[in-house]
Amino acid sequence: MSRLAIPKTYKLFIGGKFPRSESGRTTEVSSPTGSFIANVAKASRKDARDAVVAARAAWSGWAGASAYNRGQVLYRVAEMLEGRLDQFVAEIVESTGAKPADARAEVSAAIDCLVWHAGWTDKFAQVHGGANPVAGPFFNLSVPESTGVVALVAPSVAGSSLLGLVSSIAPALTTGNAVVVLASELAPCAAMTFAEVLATSDVPGGVVNILTGSVDEVAPWLASHADVNAIDLTGAGREIAVECERAAAETLMRVVRPGTFGPTESAFNRIAAFVEIKTVWHTKSLA
Amino acid sequence: MSFRDYAPAPESTAILNLRPSYALYIGGEWTDGRGGSMTTISPATEKSIAEISLADASDIDRAVAAARKSYDTVWSRMSGAERGKYLFRIARLIQERAREFAVAETLDNGKPIRETRDIDIPLVAAWFFHYAGWADKLDYAGLGPNPSALGVAGQIIPWNFPLLMLAWKVAPALAAGNTVVLKPAETTPLTALMFADICEQAGLPAGVVNIVPGLGGVAGQALVEHAGVNKIAFTGSTGVGRQIARTLAGSETRVTLELGGKGANIVFDDAAIDEAVEGIITGIFFNQGHVCCAGSRLLVQENIQDEVVEKLTRRLSTLRLGDPLDKNTDIGAVNSKEQLARITAITATGEAEGANRWTLDCELPSKGFWFRPTIFTNVTTSNTVARDEIFGPVLSVLSFRTPDEAIVKANNTPYGLSAGIWTQNASRMLRVADSLRAGVVWANTFNQFDPTSPFGGYKESGYGREGGRHGLAAYLANGGAR
Repeated sequence: MSRLAIPKTYKLFIGGKFPRSESGRTTEVSSPTGSFIANVAKASRKDARDAVVAARAAWSGWAGASAYNRGQVLYRVAEMLEGRLDQFVAEIVESTGAKPADARAEVSAAIDCLVWHAGWTDKFAQVHGGANPVAGPFFNLSVPESTGVVALVAPSVAGSSLLGLVSSIAPALTTGNAVVVLASELAPCAAMTFAEVLATSDVPGGVVNILTGSVDEVAPWLASHADVNAIDLTGAGREIAVECERAAAETLMRVVRPGTFGPTESAFNRIAAFVEIKTVWHTKSLA
Repeated sequence: MSFRDYAPAPESTAILNLRPSYALYIGGEWTDGRGGSMTTISPATEKSIAEISLADASDIDRAVAAARKSYDTVWSRMSGAERGKYLFRIARLIQERAREFAVAETLDNGKPIRETRDIDIPLVAAWFFHYAGWADKLDYAGLGPNPSALGVAGQIIPWNFPLLMLAWKVAPALAAGNTVVLKPAETTPLTALMFADICEQAGLPAGVVNIVPGLGGVAGQALVEHAGVNKIAFTGSTGVGRQIARTLAGSETRVTLELGGKGANIVFDDAAIDEAVEGIITGIFFNQGHVCCAGSRLLVQENIQDEVVEKLTRRLSTLRLGDPLDKNTDIGAVNSKEQLARITAITATGEAEGANRWTLDCELPSKGFWFRPTIFTNVTTSNTVARDEIFGPVLSVLSFRTPDEAIVKANNTPYGLSAGIWTQNASRMLRVADSLRAGVVWANTFNQFDPTSPFGGYKESGYGREGGRHGLAAYLANGGAR
């Protein structure tokens, strides 16, 4: 006898919790063959603002955690994702029609991406910072610090929905930023399932917040938000990216323009895009 | 007669060899601009120095074309080692003519000769010398192997450190293999135009450096909007920085912005107070406070506030304000009539909002633009003088009780350029430095600069760094964000 399955309710991920959109809005998601998958939450401006508040509250703790600790947490995310590999493969196949082997390769790459970044947490400052041999009796050191709250527009590239998402989030987390992610409209379900991975991975609540819905509607709110320090527009369309960059000028928010990095690219400079260099001078003397 | 009555000791201007008028320096030639002309004056005497030809949009177009041509045909084809040798030559020529530049800078800007002679010009030479050595070592810049130049860099600099800001912009740009179009500030074009002579003496290929004085709203804007420019580097106000960021939204042009600040200078009760007092004075009265990284907010621990303020006013009373060319002068002229009006207005606002005003009792010269060093006490965090950048010799004093409160107050600003910490407790110093959201932190010192040391802001103080290896990223591909 067949058993009736229990479908998942897809909600948002804000402050470590899974609330529905305060707007009550949803978007229907179907498979390529047209069968119904889910009604995913359609985030509003208010949800975006709540996510920024949650990210700001979580940021100092995450940025202040030791690099070793952040590395272990990111590695833990990879472990949890590995454990759910089959689930992600099945969901990607169902929602995009991808071949199982391709879906498996993508999820595997996402796991490896997390491991790569986990290994960077306690090396980045050494490679990107430095001692400055100034012409005077000073101890002078430059160190990279997280920029703060980073808004990410995850790329919508067919066949890389999960990898694109993870490739956006991981570099910002490596150095201690807290993020608000607008998930790809092509793959909202994979994004919210990834939120479940994060929720079970020792990532403090609020460090990663994921919103599903309309990128064109929500991204400009984030770009004009005075408590967002940087925005990655890798996944934004041309027109909306220009609108966001213009809005970001008002607060001099840091902007990563579309095309700066490939949608699934892992790169040192992608980590460096969300840090500030702080230089500290201290006098040296025997007095 | 008191101990303060020194005999005048003015530096001679005989070393200068100024022309009565200066044209634009484009493609290795001096050509008149089509944007009219203006007289550059000495802010200390209001006497005219020279007539300066101004660029309009068509001149900017010519300058960008000249920079592009030299990039395509000469500069991008030259080895890094050869490029570096030109920069070494420039560094040496600056050193040889250092006194001449110091006198010209003091004349045009109004800052004391003591500063131009001992700080500005030596740092200019050091900046070129530092980046000269980078030109053939770009593989080590941290941007991957063989990073490529961006092309033509448009550079717009302020009036507070005219030639030093030129060096901060031009040296890394050329080392990285770019060619430049540089627009000096409206009130201080003189040393940038003299720098064109240095380029000539160095034999720098025509068009690698182009100097185009002009109005911000005309030449500056044309440069920012020019489609042939690959990179804009700007130092100036946050307001103009915002405009530039907005203008360049959606373009391919890379941007770095070095903008305003409202630096906190934090003095704990375990600080060496006398040293701290010297540091507070250096922090806000250096260069008449025309410093984006000035320590304009003094945060002093409550139990030593009275002592610090008393010592501060006593020490300030020994400073000498007057002729910037005099070697004894500590505080020179305000750079322009407009800036003086701005400082006057904002300090009046601060007083009206309830802060207590102390002003140095000293004579002011009859001509020129002068402002007496001023300290505000009883300043609330919401007072305009605690929030807005004044860019003048005005210090706002606020107090705190605990380190946590000091950190919160220091970070309570949209800016994030600089901060100072005064304490003899090294652990506390490091912990506080970690918590400050500022790009440059000076502990038990203030306003130190060095070409090896990255400089730049968090938040609304702009983005990008100048100085050292990090400063190269602004002029090379793969530099990351914008």
